[in-house]
Amino acid sequence: MKTETYFVKSPLMGTFYRSPSPGEKPFVEAGQRVNASDVVCVIESMKVFTELRADRAGVVKRILVENEALVMKNQDLMEIELP
Amino acid sequence: MFRKILIANRGEIALRVIRACRDMGIGAVAVYSDADRDCLHVRYADEAVSIGPALSRKSYLNAEAILGAARRTRVEAIHPGYGFLAENADFARACQDAGLVFIGPGPPCMARVGNKAQARKALKEKGIPVIPGSETAVSHVQEALETAQSVGYPVILKASGGGGGKGMRVANTPEALAEVFHVAAGEAKATFGDGDLYLEKYMENPRHIEIQVLCDAFGNAVHLGERECSIQKRHQKLMEEAPSPFVTASLRQAMGETAVAIARSMGYTNAGTVEFLVTPQGAFYFMEVNARVQVEHPVTEMTTGMDIVCEQIRIAAGEPLSLSQEAIQHHGWALECRINAEDPEAGFMPSPGTVEALTLPGGPGIRVDTHLYSGYTVPPFYDSLICKVIAWGEDRSAAIARMRRALFEMRTTGIHNTAAFHQKILNHPDFIDGHLHTRFLEML
Repeated sequence: MKTETYFVKSPLMGTFYRSPSPGEKPFVEAGQRVNASDVVCVIESMKVFTELRADRAGVVKRILVENEALVMKNQDLMEIELP
Repeated sequence: MFRKILIANRGEIALRVIRACRDMGIGAVAVYSDADRDCLHVRYADEAVSIGPALSRKSYLNAEAILGAARRTRVEAIHPGYGFLAENADFARACQDAGLVFIGPGPPCMARVGNKAQARKALKEKGIPVIPGSETAVSHVQEALETAQSVGYPVILKASGGGGGKGMRVANTPEALAEVFHVAAGEAKATFGDGDLYLEKYMENPRHIEIQVLCDAFGNAVHLGERECSIQKRHQKLMEEAPSPFVTASLRQAMGETAVAIARSMGYTNAGTVEFLVTPQGAFYFMEVNARVQVEHPVTEMTTGMDIVCEQIRIAAGEPLSLSQEAIQHHGWALECRINAEDPEAGFMPSPGTVEALTLPGGPGIRVDTHLYSGYTVPPFYDSLICKVIAWGEDRSAAIARMRRALFEMRTTGIHNTAAFHQKILNHPDFIDGHLHTRFLEML
């Protein structure tokens, strides 16, 4: 069966964080269901934190970047499968 | 005097301290993260030591790595600059325990000043006017909501561990407060290594005016007049000036004496800044003491002819203040624009990247403090401040004219900068008339 997916992209260059602060539980895990506008990760650039939210409801298929990795503008961060 | 100092910072302030060291004949040791190998502070220092990965938490906030570098290079003192560990009492104590002089107030005083909620409480008891707010740090949303209920909305959350607008959020309703609490705590934790917040009543349209003080170890304390810092974006200062167009000679004296009294009552030593909110009627309320050199210290240097960083080093080396209050003269007017790597056309989105070409301003009355050079890559890991342009003139309008000229000359290609936005402020009739308040930019 063919499934449709979309990517959560970084709007700017910065550090990718999977959880709200070090040691805390990640916002999402692979396989987890998310609702539209749920926070899925945070990008820190120049000490400014930008929360990224899911555009549409779905299931997190893959997380493409390691926690605390440097990411570029427009880089794919997560793949989300639509129901 | 010290033979050698380690500078536990990066960017323009690291250069500023290294320059003071050179002027005083003191050796300078730089520290740098993996992201900062090609920084000017590494090149300008006499020695440079790598202290870890790019993330601040693993390098510039890593006290052990910094103390290790200090041991290896056998420095006698550490200058913390601003931000990072500059207001961390544990770090100041660790320096002392390692036999190093921390260039700033002593650890107990640092702890007193750093605990902003307690500092406010102690000063309130001494009859100094403070803004109503939490008596201690608010650790949970529930506590914040209860305090907000008692002081009345709107309220503002601030980081206990430091300033600079980080960890700061305004809330007009309980719902908004609950929502911004975690974001503010997260920012505070990431920036200062301490997620504690305190809460106070948010005042409408006040001015932010601060007094620079210098206190030596012999009980001498002076103030160097005020800086007006009302031009702020998201509680972060963008443009500062000295003197303030609002402050009269009598208000200056009252605020100056109050600032000195506050510093004395806290047993403060070294350079510090006492921040006040000032109402349109001229009433002033204590906000906090910044126990460090401030980003905007150059405007005071330009109008007094003093070198605040050299004074810091002399005080830390156990020398008495070089000037009495009567001997401190103010001449002319100075403005500072903080140029950030941000895109003013895209909601001030951070704009890290490589500076392909750079043209810096110059000419009479202009001072530029920057770590930029052509080909330098501004990393996304740290503050967006890339350049401070300072303009001096005989009076305010002469300083404004020179600042306009300087910003016209400034160009960066490859990254965005905020110079054009500053130009817009300088041309605004209310700015020209000196009608400033902390929400000036929201009204723009």
